[in-house]
Amino acid sequence: MNESADAAISMIGIEKRFPGVHALKGVSIEIRRREVVGLIGENGAGKSTLMKILSGVYQPDSGQIFIAGQRTRIDNAADANRKGIGMVFQEQSLLTNLTVGENIYLGAEAQFTKFGLVRWRELYAAAARQLEKVKVDVDPRTPADELSFVARQMVELAKALTLEEHAEGHLVILLDEPTSVLERGEIDILFARVRALKSRASFVFVSHRLDEVLQLADRLYVMKDGEVVAELTSAEADVAKLHRLMVGRTLHADYYYEPLQKPFQDRVVLEASGLAFDKAYRDVSFTLHAGEILGVAGVIGSGREELTRTLAGFAPQTAGTLRVGDREVSLKTPADAVDHGIGYIPRERRVEGLVLFLPVSANITLADLASLTHYGLIDASEERRLAKEWVSRLQVRTPTIQTLCLNLSGGNQQKVVLAKWLNAKARILILDHPTRGLDVGAKQEVYELIRALTGEGLAIILTSDTLEETIGMSHTLLVMRDGVITHRAAASRGAKPQQIDLIGYMV
Amino acid sequence: MVLVLLCLIIAAINRNFLTFGNFVRVSQDTAIPLVLGLGETFIILMGSIDLSVEGVLTLAAVILSMTVLNGMNDNDFGVFAVLLVLAVGALVGFANGLVHVRLRVPSFMATLGSWFIGVGIANALLGGMAIRINDPWIRGLAIQRVFGFPWGVWLALACLGIAYVIQSHTRLGRYIYALGGGEELAALSGISAPSVRIAAFTLAGVFYAVGGVLAAAQLGLGNAQIGAGRLFTTVTAVVVGGTALSGGEGGVLQTFVGVLIVSVLSNGMVLMGVPPSVQIGLQGLMIIGAVALSIDRKRMRIVK
Repeated sequence: MNESADAAISMIGIEKRFPGVHALKGVSIEIRRREVVGLIGENGAGKSTLMKILSGVYQPDSGQIFIAGQRTRIDNAADANRKGIGMVFQEQSLLTNLTVGENIYLGAEAQFTKFGLVRWRELYAAAARQLEKVKVDVDPRTPADELSFVARQMVELAKALTLEEHAEGHLVILLDEPTSVLERGEIDILFARVRALKSRASFVFVSHRLDEVLQLADRLYVMKDGEVVAELTSAEADVAKLHRLMVGRTLHADYYYEPLQKPFQDRVVLEASGLAFDKAYRDVSFTLHAGEILGVAGVIGSGREELTRTLAGFAPQTAGTLRVGDREVSLKTPADAVDHGIGYIPRERRVEGLVLFLPVSANITLADLASLTHYGLIDASEERRLAKEWVSRLQVRTPTIQTLCLNLSGGNQQKVVLAKWLNAKARILILDHPTRGLDVGAKQEVYELIRALTGEGLAIILTSDTLEETIGMSHTLLVMRDGVITHRAAASRGAKPQQIDLIGYMV
Repeated sequence: MVLVLLCLIIAAINRNFLTFGNFVRVSQDTAIPLVLGLGETFIILMGSIDLSVEGVLTLAAVILSMTVLNGMNDNDFGVFAVLLVLAVGALVGFANGLVHVRLRVPSFMATLGSWFIGVGIANALLGGMAIRINDPWIRGLAIQRVFGFPWGVWLALACLGIAYVIQSHTRLGRYIYALGGGEELAALSGISAPSVRIAAFTLAGVFYAVGGVLAAAQLGLGNAQIGAGRLFTTVTAVVVGGTALSGGEGGVLQTFVGVLIVSVLSNGMVLMGVPPSVQIGLQGLMIIGAVALSIDRKRMRIVK
């Protein structure tokens, strides 16, 4: 690979293996000064591994890293910072028990220290200046846990930007899925800031939202199975072309498998009447039928998050009744919900969905060990058989069923969570942003799976990151605003409502 | 690995180490810490800690000495006394779990309290005396041998087998791992975390009570100092074995190895004539070293 003169960082022939996975197969990329490099690829393509090598979390097995033309190595995150590499990760890395200002200068307090004492006034003044850079209007003395996820993400960017004041050399900031929890307006602010800062820093932008990557990046690398399969400028690319390169197949016209959407059955599996929860929502009534996908749309604060939590057994309603099948039930704990055949697939998959240190097989059977237990003992061979069956039915890509879930990619982890509930014979699934953090290919596999399952009579309540996904997947739509249902709409095959029509009921 | 290496080194220094008589001695030293360690393993797997080991053990030993044929009163309940003692262990463990879960007292504090309550009750029962055990059956646990090993050793091994089955083949065992991996998540899968916690503490209490029976048998009497120093050995053995204090990783077989390492080491030190004060210090070094190592091991796990 020829190295251009204005390269801020070049990585050449990077190799990385993990047990059972060849994560990077001789990857070479170059980040030039004053540019935004987009990095895209399916889950498991090697993007995260590459980012972690660049930020010093992992060491490559072989390959070379050059910073400003000098061969170097990045020993750890602090070393990466010294070399001008900053990070904004998708997973929040702020310490919620500290204030915003303390977070921004965490580990870099020395500059404000005199005789061993931190001069807080100066630190907070400096933190306020950093926050100004990202146009976030919060007092740096606010504890981080009082901020919204959106604001925290901006604080993380502010933190990365502090590096420009004391790092050696050119600043490179890695943005790993920074928009996945942001609203449209905030994404615009973020992008505007990134563009404004291009005069001082280079950026690497990793995202699953291809339109955003195209919008922001100057140049793109497409990764697939641990290799860079294409390098192109944004001008040369469009969304369809990137899809093709990433997944090796064209984007279906019927992205949400609409032709597979079958009419739902007449049998009512869940009926809510007059549900209310404190001030969060009230007068919520709906029926859910076997085989139906009920999409709940609404902005943050509309009450749909709390409604989801009530149905999952976390926050019992304060008024109204809930019937599962033909019985009135009270869901006081998640265990109650499970007992009534309601499974909850949380958005924080890695934290709440799976026991990462248990193997695939144990995770699949976790919610229904009772039926595997005879005379107090778990039937190990039956457990293996079930796990194998689900792994092959849902096409979970895992080396063996004994592999720890830790080592699976996001899409495959999500399949294991689904398998867990299917194995527990759940008849109602609550999908809380089921495709968050998944790439296009993995999302589609999840969609296809959901279609197949509803075809067999499973009922689903769906909340999602995008309205498009909610409309695309659902049979029936509920729109919520300020805690009440403002609109109900059918979304049958070939007769889907337009996003613009629903937005009017949301805001 | 460490264990084999340790044995070779000690054997090289003192030829007596490899004799059958010494092997039996090591096994005798191992029996009680093993049984205690099994109970503690379940608690540590959940990410909790149980400090009530000495309290339960002392209480169990003292009650046993008062209810079997003994030198103080006319009781002679034999095997029923043993069952009673196990029930007492279960009760204390259950109380630990209940306080921990219902009152939301951290396990560290809840069991620290019951440790002293247990020793306190034992003291009150005894009034400062020691009671000699005359029950031949109990004494036989330590004295009578089968295939060269005392009954107590076989009993401890049986406990290991039971603990392994609970760990690997029952729901309780699986749920304990799930809780150690993440309590929120376990709850989402329909697992009642409070019940699992209470069950685990109860189970641990029973194991400590078995330890109390063995200790009373070995000493031939029940007194209030019978538990002294055992908590330290127990936690050391579990941690040296490789069960992570953060929960979710490890198991009873690891604890078995850990107990062997601890007892082989102390046996070796005795053979080599290391003064007792130095022995205690070395044990302290060992637990710190083990934690340092286990953290390293865990990091490797995540890296892969």
